Amino acid sequence: MTAIVTVRVQQEDFDTAGEIAALTRGRIDIGAVVSFSGLCRGNDHDRPITALTLEHYPGMADAEIMRHAEEAMARWPLQGLTVIHRFGRITPGENIVLVVTASSHRQAAFEAAEFLMDYLKTNAPFWKREETEDGGSWVEAKGHDDAAAARWTS
Amino acid sequence: MKVKYFAWVRERIGKAEEKIEPPDSVRTVGELIAWLAGRGEGYAYAFEKPKVIRAAIDQTHVQPDAAISGAREIAFFPPMTGG
Repeated sequence: MTAIVTVRVQQEDFDTAGEIAALTRGRIDIGAVVSFSGLCRGNDHDRPITALTLEHYPGMADAEIMRHAEEAMARWPLQGLTVIHRFGRITPGENIVLVVTASSHRQAAFEAAEFLMDYLKTNAPFWKREETEDGGSWVEAKGHDDAAAARWTS
Repeated sequence: MKVKYFAWVRERIGKAEEKIEPPDSVRTVGELIAWLAGRGEGYAYAFEKPKVIRAAIDQTHVQPDAAISGAREIAFFPPMTGG
């Protein structure tokens, strides 16, 4: 059966269970589904956060995620994958990102999901701005995210 | 050519995009950053640490030594923090 690759960059929320169901519906060749949901936290190092605003580069964001989705499909035996990344203002408890990978066996699904998240954090053109009671500030890129992404090329 | 700015680069410069015509002596992304930094206070602030700035030509990530000749759209932004 054909592998299904879905990439969406959108402002509106998504339904995690519905996305998993859509990926696996009618399939008997999928033995493993891994999903990762990234949610907006209400604090950062004990500092309360009222909201996050995600800015993105329209066009490039979709293309960059699709490029990595295709790389994941080439590297692992996947039956399909879904990546959804939101932009705009997101409040604590809301979804930010979803990665779902489906494979015959669990290892490929786990590894591909981790690969996609590591690359999304360092290469997809999105920037987070935190709103706090004192105003707002841009979230700084973290060295450990770069290290996490680099392990897939070594 | 069109240039686009994102996140704090956009805020410091005060605009999201503009049309520019750099002189012929500006040949690479790194040289374009240096030229833009000389255009005023906001630009100087945005590009005060050129090593931090990431760039894309026609929506593909590039290094500072990339040639800008033929580029339709060049974007400048801080390191990405999505996911």
